[in-house]
Amino acid sequence: MIIAKRKPLDQIMEMLAPYNQICVLGCGACVTVCMAGGQKEAEELAALIRIHRKKENRNGRVESFTVERQCEYEYIDQVLERLKGFDIILTLACGVGPQTLVEHAADLLVLPGVNTTSMGYPKEQGVWVERCLGCGDCILHLTQGICPITRCAKSILNGPCGGSAEGKCELGQDIECAWHLIHDRLSALGCLDNLSEIQPLKNWSVSHHGGPRTTVREDVRVERGE
Amino acid sequence: MSVGSRLAKALNNGSFAVTGELGPPKGAGIDQLKHHAEVMRNHVEAYNITDNQTAIVRTSSIACGAVLVQMGLEPTIQIVVRDRNRIAIQSDVLGAVALGIKNILCLAGDHQKFGNEPQSKGVYDIDSIQLLKMLKDLRDERVFAGGDKLEGEVDYFLGAVENPFADPFEYRVDRLEKKIKAGAGFIQTQCIFDLERFKKWMELVRERGLHKKVKIMGGVTPIKSMGAAKYMKNNVSGITIPDSLIDRLRGAENKKAEGLNIAVETIQQLKEIEGVAGVHIMAIAWEEVVPEIVERAGLYPRPQL
Repeated sequence: MIIAKRKPLDQIMEMLAPYNQICVLGCGACVTVCMAGGQKEAEELAALIRIHRKKENRNGRVESFTVERQCEYEYIDQVLERLKGFDIILTLACGVGPQTLVEHAADLLVLPGVNTTSMGYPKEQGVWVERCLGCGDCILHLTQGICPITRCAKSILNGPCGGSAEGKCELGQDIECAWHLIHDRLSALGCLDNLSEIQPLKNWSVSHHGGPRTTVREDVRVERGE
Repeated sequence: MSVGSRLAKALNNGSFAVTGELGPPKGAGIDQLKHHAEVMRNHVEAYNITDNQTAIVRTSSIACGAVLVQMGLEPTIQIVVRDRNRIAIQSDVLGAVALGIKNILCLAGDHQKFGNEPQSKGVYDIDSIQLLKMLKDLRDERVFAGGDKLEGEVDYFLGAVENPFADPFEYRVDRLEKKIKAGAGFIQTQCIFDLERFKKWMELVRERGLHKKVKIMGGVTPIKSMGAAKYMKNNVSGITIPDSLIDRLRGAENKKAEGLNIAVETIQQLKEIEGVAGVHIMAIAWEEVVPEIVERAGLYPRPQL
């Protein structure tokens, strides 16, 4: 899933300062699961904003509600008229949410309430780890399910580098060396030979480095507006 | 093998080669670097010039290398993959060749987090093994990474680093083999303080006959003080210093003299290890002691090449 973290309150209050009709818009998808921007977090943040504004003797309205998925027009449509009644929408969706909103309804004004950090999963309660960079050319078959593009700080394809010590990355004791993990896993599975080939230069053109990506599936497309 | 490289000649004629290291300054004034180069002129075959080592912004290694060429000395320029993509690296290598540089050492580079621009975007378009392969193909096949043909020819002696003190230990020899396959003609090791582990690694290297396929230069750093030892032990990525060595230094009255003794003894031991073709002396911020170390290690005068 996509993992996000709420922005610092100071920054949120500063961004909201010019506005009086505020909607805190949660998203029912990934950010609900990672507890950054679901209904509960939207309500809590709206309450904090109200308290803050009260202290500053600001009038106005702060409401919160949640869209099932902010990244799809169909769900946005269900609340579109309601959204138009506010002069700002502070969205708690990942970075995709606010962009989908303004692409669908250009007259909406949006602010990001979270920082989108990564694609990953909850390793334990309250801890989310990054596991995919969306590089566009998955090589997990070569490494038996451990991604060096994401998990190696240098995205090395022929690792581990000389900074790997006792299973840890040179970046610090809290980061495992992805290539040490790959080495041990391939060794246990009897396929360490996978590593003897020199992996060729990566094709980054299918990643974001090739420009913003549009994924097209002709077989599932439908003509709109006919 | 590169025809023009003195370093290649020294390594291939069977003499125990000696190289030094120069760290460019955090400024464009390079008089001190030139001075350090002069100090070692008669004691080393070539000089490694670091490429923004530990991710700290410094004068470019190629620019400093070009100055050394003007002085009639031979640089080995380091190239790390942290700061430049394949376009910039290939372009810089052509420029380096045009400036008379004959040796290139390929490295990954310390992560930018460690340096003075920790907010910078790391490039890591390619890794150090791919860098070797790319530059080998540019030289031998005259083809760029993207498949385009090189105009004319380029010649250089390619090197790589290996760290016998990193983990997983057994894999360090596989990785060495991979670097040889990718194009490394010489290998510099990380600073050797743990000779026992180095010897064990060399045993594995010899078992596979890799010492016959590549020239291995042991890395030696003279320790200047207890502070320097502790700093390297705790802060420099990929370096291990055994406690016994720390204790020996602690027990010594004159730390500097003891640091030099350790370096000289290490080189003397390296000379006895089958498959070690030379030594790379990294006396960072202590460059003036290199001649003394070389002489005391019995490596002076240097052979005429």
